[in-house]
Formats: sequence, structure tokens, C-alpha cells
Amino acid sequence: MDMNQYLDIFVEESREHLQSLNSSLLELEKDPTDKGVLNEIFRVAHTLKGMSGTMGFTRMQRLTHHMEDVLDALRNDRISVNSDMVDILFKCLDALENYVNTVLSTGDEGNEDNKAIVDALADILKKGGLPVKAAKASGKKARNKPSETKDSEDAVSQAVAETAATAERGLVELNQYDINVIRKALEVGMNVFQIHVELDRGCLLKSARAFIVFQILEKNSEIIKSIPKVEDIEDEKFDFEFTVIVITQNDKELFEHEINSVAEIAGVHIMSITPEMIGMAPEEAKVTEEKDNDIPKPDAESHTVQTANEPHKKLQKAGKTVRVDIDRLDVLMNLVSELIIIKNGLENQINARNSSAWSESIEYLERVTTNLHDAVMKVRMVPVEAVFNRFPRMIRDIARELDKDIELKMSGEETELDRTVIDEIGDPLIHILRNSADHGIETREERKRLNKPPVGTIYLRAYQDGNNVVIEVEDDGKGIDIAKVRRKIVEKGLEAPDIVESLSEKEVIDYLFRPNFSTKEQITDISGRGVGLDVVKTKIEALGGSVEVETRLGYGSKFIIRLPLTLAIIQALLVKIGSEKYALPLSSIREIDNIKFSDVKMVRNREVIMLRDMVIPLVRLNEVLEVKDAIPDDKKKYLTVVVVKKGDKLSAFSVDSLIGQQEIVIKSLGKIMQGIKCIAGATILGDGNVALIVDSNSLAV
Amino acid sequence: MAKALGKEHRQYVVFQIDQQEFGVDIHKVSIIEKYMNITRVPTTPPYIKGVVNLRGEIIPVMDLRIKFGLPSKEPDDDTRIIMLKFNDVTLGVIVDSVAEVVDFAEDELESVTSITNDRTLDYVVGIGRIGQRLITVLNIEKLITELTERE
Repeated sequence: MDMNQYLDIFVEESREHLQSLNSSLLELEKDPTDKGVLNEIFRVAHTLKGMSGTMGFTRMQRLTHHMEDVLDALRNDRISVNSDMVDILFKCLDALENYVNTVLSTGDEGNEDNKAIVDALADILKKGGLPVKAAKASGKKARNKPSETKDSEDAVSQAVAETAATAERGLVELNQYDINVIRKALEVGMNVFQIHVELDRGCLLKSARAFIVFQILEKNSEIIKSIPKVEDIEDEKFDFEFTVIVITQNDKELFEHEINSVAEIAGVHIMSITPEMIGMAPEEAKVTEEKDNDIPKPDAESHTVQTANEPHKKLQKAGKTVRVDIDRLDVLMNLVSELIIIKNGLENQINARNSSAWSESIEYLERVTTNLHDAVMKVRMVPVEAVFNRFPRMIRDIARELDKDIELKMSGEETELDRTVIDEIGDPLIHILRNSADHGIETREERKRLNKPPVGTIYLRAYQDGNNVVIEVEDDGKGIDIAKVRRKIVEKGLEAPDIVESLSEKEVIDYLFRPNFSTKEQITDISGRGVGLDVVKTKIEALGGSVEVETRLGYGSKFIIRLPLTLAIIQALLVKIGSEKYALPLSSIREIDNIKFSDVKMVRNREVIMLRDMVIPLVRLNEVLEVKDAIPDDKKKYLTVVVVKKGDKLSAFSVDSLIGQQEIVIKSLGKIMQGIKCIAGATILGDGNVALIVDSNSLAV
Repeated sequence: MAKALGKEHRQYVVFQIDQQEFGVDIHKVSIIEKYMNITRVPTTPPYIKGVVNLRGEIIPVMDLRIKFGLPSKEPDDDTRIIMLKFNDVTLGVIVDSVAEVVDFAEDELESVTSITNDRTLDYVVGIGRIGQRLITVLNIEKLITELTERE
């Protein structure tokens, strides 16, 4: 069957499930006795198993199946949770993630068997005192085969057979529909048999043999269920055994005799299904079935209510979100930008002829575009939770690796950011969090000595602040040793000792964001290689944001990241340089002044302006932007400058004249033009011409 | 096989630059526009004239005269910008005028070996002949990929 069309859905859904598995596992580690969480984990693992099975990803199916075994044992209190076990479960999770990623890139699950993890899972069961064999023997006698698997085909049937084995009394897992059919059949006095057929190991044409058996069965009975599926058996996608459930008026012996008369049959095991068996089908099977099929099951309700509650809440929440193809959104976005362009065009016209009807319709158009803009922006908005949710796991792993006690406290996960920002912000945050865990938080002993709480805390907060979203990473660790950084600057020969001493604390901290700058003597796996903070800064600035650090030696440090809410439409100041028009993002503009030429001075071979006792470096935009027809100074009465801020530093950009403020749609310059330093993008003006957006971040001194 | 069925014909858009005739594969041409306002982009090579707004999309425009080392010319009524598309990248090229569309069989294109040290040579696929006219068929892939790979 062609499954390709389902691949995308499979990948998306798997990721969602893996994410919920991730958070559930963390919860489980915190409270190993929480059966609700355990049931949730089991449910997710089961769903993943089902999904991967349907898609034919047998390795993935096999792994989830083994996970399920362990989870089942946990649920039945046969073994108890410890963090090593959670480690292994996390490894499973990683392995599954890898499968999903491989599926995404190649359309197939790849060849990784993850044998080590499977073995580790089996080990848990053994060590947990669970007689593994007993669990298996409770199913088919087919389990007398050793558990090592040679090839993937083997794995399929084993996984499938074991599915059957997990259920008690050897009854295969039945869904509500099957149970209803069986119940009806039993009510009218028919026999229901579960027939397990084992083929001879030397059998060459497995599916042919199976076909003969099926013919016999079909002649004498009605087959209501087959494990593996009939299609799989036809395709030889089974090992040497299969199980069917049939409804018949004939008796057991007839089947036994007829099937045994087929050549190359190693064994037939027939079991009658009694009303009690289906009435008392294993609870967990029902719980999972119910959630899978969403069929209300009256007789199991009392058991399932409690466990079903939590997943239910999640289901409802999932129903409110819609996954939208980003391309389609972009189309919508483009339409909105067109509208804005039309609006701007109309605005130009109104200057020409002055009628009130015009201005009314323009006002109306403006309202529409503003609303439309908001609506589209909201569709593009994603809660930062999408990024945050992987961090608890990461911090947990880092803490274990570094042998520190670290707690991550998150808040404001619901704060929303543009999808494009969300996609990019993950890596910088990882860097900062690792940094805090590694450099910030002290070791257990050190914290004890310093009379600090034994568990170090990292706070990850997100909140909206005007048109910005602020993300803070704060730790209660040792803080940045400014004196040490000063020494390092000198050691690295970046600055002369006397200059270093005169630097402010902020300026010193800025050095941490330079490439190849690490104060940590020992390089660990986690951080300290000196790559990181510079990358963090570059990335965040590329997103139009900024990073700041506040620190107090001995008390911890705080990284503050400011990000724009959206990247697509911004308020800008349009300026003219020569005959060319440029746009400057309004968010970075501090003020606009007309400066007397006498206030332009030279300091250390650089032009600066004197503005209310401030000395601000002057950037001549006409020079940087290579404008040839700019108005020379001697033709001007004064110099118009736009003062922009970058971090807490100011720069003054000289322009010829100001056009005004306008809402502009940022357009990419495309592949050919990318990487032009002083230009952040382009926009289309009301007259259809293109104006370039000045990258004030990269031009500021 | 194509050969067995007859010669494979391709269509080329023919345009003029400085009395010379050039051709580009019609499949690589997305649209031909009249000359429009071009916004200069700083710190780009001289043959990049700037960017234009093509129905909401920002498209870079190249001046083939400068690229091929020919004397520059003020745009007039005949001047066209041919929008070429390859690998999802669109590039506009300014040409003096667009003449027609012609058919060449694949083997009618004569390969050019280094007869001249012409700067255009790097971008030439072959020369097509229509009577006395010689049409230089340009390698659009090279022209565009060279730009996207430029640092």
C-alpha cells in the first residue's frame, strides 16, 4: 500500500506524541507513584506503536513495543521507577525521535535497530524480578523461541505475537467491535475459537501455506480477526506463525484435524473463547482501546474515568489548534501586504486632491488592513512553549552529566511569538541555558559551603513587553566574575591593562559575546569551548532582537533577550538620501535632530556629533550606502541626523531629508542579494517602487 | 529515444544587446517586462543594477552590457527586462530589445571553441544560425548559480 501520503501526518503526530512523552517522563521521574502519568505514557507509547505499525516501520514498532512491556510492568507494580530506568526510557525517546527524523528525510525508518536500548529494556524487566518468560508464556507457546531477533521480519512477527502475548490468558487484543461480534456470536450459540497456527521452520512458501489454512478456515467458519493482518500474511510479512479468531458452528476437532492435514504445519493450538474471557478482557487493553477508538465503553467506565481524565483535557486543547501550512500563510500575508501597499498608494493620492470622501475610505481601508494584519499575525503566532518544552529534559540531562542538582522553573510559556522567530530562538536559548547550568550553578559541595540551597535553580521566563517579547534566563549560581573577565581580556591580548580597568562592567560583559572567549579553565562537553555566546548574539540580532546580561557575583546572572513580536510588518521612518529613499526601522530610532555643523567634531579620526552633552558617533549614510547624488554639506544649513540605539549605545545616521513614518512590509532581497551587510531587506512603496531597509543594527557603531 | 523520433527542437527567445543577437531557452523565461524603475542596492558588483518590484516580489536585475563588458546605454522604449528563472531564483536581465522566438534543433547549435577572448564566452551554450544571423545561446543556469554562490 502506498503510505507516502500519510508520511507528513505520521511525522507531525509522532512528534506531538514524543513531546508529550517527554514531559510525562519528566513528571514520572518527579513522582514515580503517579499512575495517571504512567497511564498517559503507556497510552502514548501504545499509540506510537500502532502508528508505526500501520506505516510499516517495524523497527520503531518493535522499540515501542518493548517500551510498552516495561511500562506495563511499571503500571502493574511489578517493577518500580528509578532514574536509571527513566534514562533508558529517555534513550528510547531519542531513538524514536531519530526514527521520525529519518522518516522525515528519507521516507523510511532506516536500519538502526537500537539493539542496546531494546536489551536495556529487557534487562529492566529481568532485574525488576519479573519473570520475563512467564509473561511471554502466558501468551502463546510460540514464546519458547529465544528472544533474539535476526532480521526485521522476525521482529515484526515477534512484536505482533507479543502484542498477543501481553494480553492475559493468551487472548489477542480485541477492539470493541471484535468484542461485540464475539458476544453476539456467543449469544446465538456459535463457537468462537482463537486458532494459533505455527508453520514448519523449513517452510518456503509461507504465504501459500497460510493461504491453504485460510481456505480451510473460510470453508468452515467466518474469520473475524487475523493477526498479522490477512494482507500482511499474503505479503509474507509474518514469521512462522499467525493467529486468527473465527466464528463457527463446527467444533474444535474439525479444525485441528483439517489444519493438521496441510503440509508443513508445525502445530495448531485452538482455544475456545468464552463469554467470561471477553467480559473480563484485561483492563489495560480496554483503556487503551477506548482512547484509540474513542468508543465509549459502559462496562469499563469505572476503571477508566480516572485515567481518561487527563488525556481528555489534552484532546480538547488539541482540537482548538489548527496546523497551517506556512506557505499558505505566506500567501495570505502577501495579500495583506498588497492591501497595505494600495493603502499607501491611496494616501499619496489624497495629498494631491483633497476630498473628505477619500479620507473616509482610506480610514476604512486602514481599519480593514489593520484588522487583517492582526488576524494573520495571530495565526502565525506560536506560544513559546513550543520551544520551552524541550528544556526540562535538557536541563535534567545536563544536571546528571555534571552531577549537579538543578531545577528549571519556567513561566510565561503561553507568551506568543511569530513562527519564524520561534524556529530560530531554540538554539540561542539552549546555549544560554547550558551556560547557566555549566558556568552558573555551582557543584553540590560548593553550594553547601556557600550556604546556598542545595538545588540550584534556573528560571526561564517569557513575557510580552510592548511590541517586544522578553525571554529571561536567570540562575542563582555564582554570577560572572568581572575581575576574572578583565584579566582574561588582558591575557588574550584583546586590550591593554589600563584600558581594561577603565571599561565599565557592561563593556566587560560584552567581551563574553565575542568569538573564542571563554573564562572557564576546564572545557566540558556542555560549554566552555568559547563558541556559543557570540553565536547567540549574532542569531538574536539577526532576528532583530538584543541580549543583555545582568550579574551579581555570588548571586547569579540573568540573560535578557528581547525579540520583536513579528518580523513581517514594521513601522519605519522613510528618509531621503540624494534621490534615493530608504526605510529605517522605527523601533531602533531614539530621536531625530537637526545638528549645526559646528557640533560635528572629529574624535580619534571619527566623526561624532555633540548632542546635549552626549558624544555620539556619526555614520554618514550616503557614504555607507554609496549614494552618489547626496546633497553635500555646504548646500545644507544643518545636518539632519537620526539617532538610533543598539543595546545601550547610540549612533547618529546622517540623512538628507525625512519623508515620514509608514507601516512597511518587509520583503526578502532573495538569494542573489543576500548577505549585503548594510541592508536588512526591502519594501514596496505606495508608488510601486522598491525602497531598501537600512540595517541599523549592523551600521551602528 | 529522441534521436530516433527526429531532432529535438527547442525554442529560444532572441534579444539584442549592442547589435549582437542572443538567445535564451524559453523555458527559463518567466516574463518579459518593459523597463521599470530600478532601485540601486549598495555594495553590489556594478553589473547588478539593483532590484525591481515584480508584482510584490523583489527581483534583482543585471545589466548584461556591463556583465559582458559592452558600452552602457540609456534605457529607451525598446529596452526590456527579461525575467529568467532557474532553481526558484528569478533574475531580471536588461536587454536592448526583444525580437522573436526561434526554433533550433539540439544539434544545430554549434559549439564555440575559443575563437575569441570574448567575456561572454563563459556563458555561451552554443551558436545558432538563421541564414546570415548568428545567435549566441546563453547559459542561464551558469549566470544564475554564479550569482547565488557568490559570497
